[in-house]
Amino acid sequence: MIILTGNDLASGAVTWWAGSEWSRDVADAVDVGEEADAIAAREEAARRVNVPYAIKAEIGPDGTVRPAHIKDRIRGLGPTVRPDLTLKPGDANAVHEVI
Amino acid sequence: MVEHSAVTQSEAEGRGPEARPFLRFRDDDPVGDPAVTVDAFLGQGNATAVRIEPGDDTRDLLPHLERVALVEVNFPSFGDGRGYSAARILREAGYAGELRAVGDVLVDQIAYMRRCGFDAFEPGEPLNADDVDAALGRFPHAYQQAADSAVPIWALRHGKGAGDHDG
Amino acid sequence: MYRYDHCDQAMVDARVAEFRDQCQRRLDGRLSEDQFKPLRLMNGLYLQLHAYMLRVAIPYGTLSGAQMHILADIADRYDRGYAHFTTRQNVQYNWIRLEDAGDILADLASREMHAIQTSGNCIRNISSDHFAGAAADEVCDPRPYAELLRQWSSFHPEFSYLPRKFKIAVIASPTDRAAMKLHDIGINLVRNNEGELGAAFYVGGGMGRTPMIAPLIREFVPLDQLITYAEACLRVYNRHGRRDNKFKARIKILIHELGADEYRRQVEAEFEHLLAQDIEPPFAELERLREFFGDPGFEDLAEAELDRSDPEFALWADRNTHPHKQPGYVSAIVSLKPVGGIPGDATSAQMRLMADLATQYSFDECRVMHTQNIVLPHVRKADLHALWSRLDEAGLATPNLDQIDDIIACPGLDYCSLANARSIPVAQKISQRFAANGKGDTLGELKLKISGCINACGHHHAGHIGILGVDRKGVENYQLLLGGSEADDTSLAKITGPGFDEDGIVDAVETATDVYLANRADGERFLDTYRRIGMAPFKEALYG
Ligand code: SF4
Repeated sequence: MIILTGNDLASGAVTWWAGSEWSRDVADAVDVGEEADAIAAREEAARRVNVPYAIKAEIGPDGTVRPAHIKDRIRGLGPTVRPDLTLKPGDANAVHEVI
Repeated sequence: MVEHSAVTQSEAEGRGPEARPFLRFRDDDPVGDPAVTVDAFLGQGNATAVRIEPGDDTRDLLPHLERVALVEVNFPSFGDGRGYSAARILREAGYAGELRAVGDVLVDQIAYMRRCGFDAFEPGEPLNADDVDAALGRFPHAYQQAADSAVPIWALRHGKGAGDHDG
Repeated sequence: MYRYDHCDQAMVDARVAEFRDQCQRRLDGRLSEDQFKPLRLMNGLYLQLHAYMLRVAIPYGTLSGAQMHILADIADRYDRGYAHFTTRQNVQYNWIRLEDAGDILADLASREMHAIQTSGNCIRNISSDHFAGAAADEVCDPRPYAELLRQWSSFHPEFSYLPRKFKIAVIASPTDRAAMKLHDIGINLVRNNEGELGAAFYVGGGMGRTPMIAPLIREFVPLDQLITYAEACLRVYNRHGRRDNKFKARIKILIHELGADEYRRQVEAEFEHLLAQDIEPPFAELERLREFFGDPGFEDLAEAELDRSDPEFALWADRNTHPHKQPGYVSAIVSLKPVGGIPGDATSAQMRLMADLATQYSFDECRVMHTQNIVLPHVRKADLHALWSRLDEAGLATPNLDQIDDIIACPGLDYCSLANARSIPVAQKISQRFAANGKGDTLGELKLKISGCINACGHHHAGHIGILGVDRKGVENYQLLLGGSEADDTSLAKITGPGFDEDGIVDAVETATDVYLANRADGERFLDTYRRIGMAPFKEALYG
């Protein structure tokens, strides 16, 4: 699947296109297929996202969206060396799952 | 205090916040002749306006400055800063004619361009007049001696040159 | 320390207003990201992996207690309670909101600080010797000259859209503690045969994709021509540096392609021309700057012996202090490299403690080292034990200066959007490995440096042992390099061979140190043994 990601313009936070809006959680990302460029252009023009780009992803063994490249998986979670600052601070396994 | 006072002296067409297609900080009449390439200029004896591209050697023009009334310096992309050196080299050689920045000239660059000796701007995209005024009035001082009349901060501190300039 | 006058303050304040306006124009859509990017970069604001990152300039690495305090306050107020000290003696925050950028710059300006030109294709923050003003071997304090260059390079109208970034280091002693020859311009202040001070200019060094050691371009530039000569060096680069290929745009490539002799000829011609333009600040300005960097009022003390009865303290004092020019004083190094920790990171509480200790014990001054530690430059030996106790309580007294666990590591793929692999976990595992197996203490000086990509922010080319993270088909992989140095014996490390995975690279580092231990002659450091026996025995042990 192809998913769309970028950063929120004002806060800089990593965001994922969830179908009708942007979400902080990669698990909400939806397959945009051929629409990637059109959505990216429209949303960037409206300043709802900054520098959006499309990436490959798959549905992981646990049924959630897993970006194909480690860089985007780390973007999705947070720094692996500071689990306390990731999106899943309580989940001891989260860091291992993205690597 | 040094003022970047150019806007108030300018012949800029139109006041108010509407866009200005062409900014000029000179009192003389604009040169109408079309600018020719450096090669063409050096090859023909009668052109009075020349256009410098980033890869040109500005110093090739120096022996011929007395017949130049307009130098355009092209910025095909704002990130290519060779034109800043071109401008200073011309001013350092005593060129007093119009020095016009053309192309991808953005409002956040024109204060530095003024400092390097540009006194006219023909941006590809028109600039917002309020933004131009804000940009040129922003910095009260300058740290370096450049091609404009700003007195460097070191000269303000030690007196050298203070009072030589009308601001 | 340098203090702003009203001119300096007005310039920094104007920059805050300018950047506020630029941020606002970005937020309301008048600036596109393409147009905004170079503007935000010139204020140190990056868009990184998780958020915006702000890099704050620490000119020549020198900070007052109050400045360190405001850095801690910013970490709490606008970030997540910590900051990262970098290999260019700067500090950066990882979780910044664009909306807050103007307020942060205003807070910095209130303590005479800024983020001007900490990124972008312009002249960056000037770095220097972290022992400036304290080291016994310096011919003078290099910082007045660094400050002169800081002011000259700030808002430079001609050199703000260079082909690529431009880094300058200034030192003033025969011992190079600032990797001077690995900068775009390295300036070494020296005395000539007549005893006059002047500047040797090394131009065209750098790390990154194509590491090069800067050739000497001029042996002696008189002090009253320093700015003019620098301007000439930059103008030749601005006009002729390559702009067709980002990877070939640094000045080192220009000088490599032209040859040092031709570059020198062009600089000398430009210099002759510029001398007539009268752009040099008057000597009185240099004298004014020197006044800020005089001795801070050292007491007349007898050379004292330390009380070494506490072995932990004695070990720390042996490893983490540096001799001082003034009898009875030392420079003390605060380690930001706890075993298993994140190199260069400090919490706001640690920053406040360092600030207070600087005020209490070191004439209100501290320094950021390019090795990502903090120096308290002027500590009375009599205060050293008390200082150590306070540091120890806060986890800041790891006795490991220049040991294998004093690792330089760039942020890598945990934070950096350019990274190929993570650097920090590798550093953590190596320091833990050598703490656990007890070998760390037997190795002596061993400088290990890790970069998460070819940009080499972690100085891997200059490590006795270097590690470079690469991307092998989407999997992190690490190359091992040996034999680099960024000291006065500057050399570039060589790659051993095929790379390793994350655990493999930790093993490989241990293997390399075993080869050293088996081969070292009396008094040899790892680097000395490597230089004597060469790469072959290491390759043999690593790849069999
Ligand atoms: S070396 Fe590469 S990964 Fe490390 S901080 Fe620099 S750009 Fe990022």
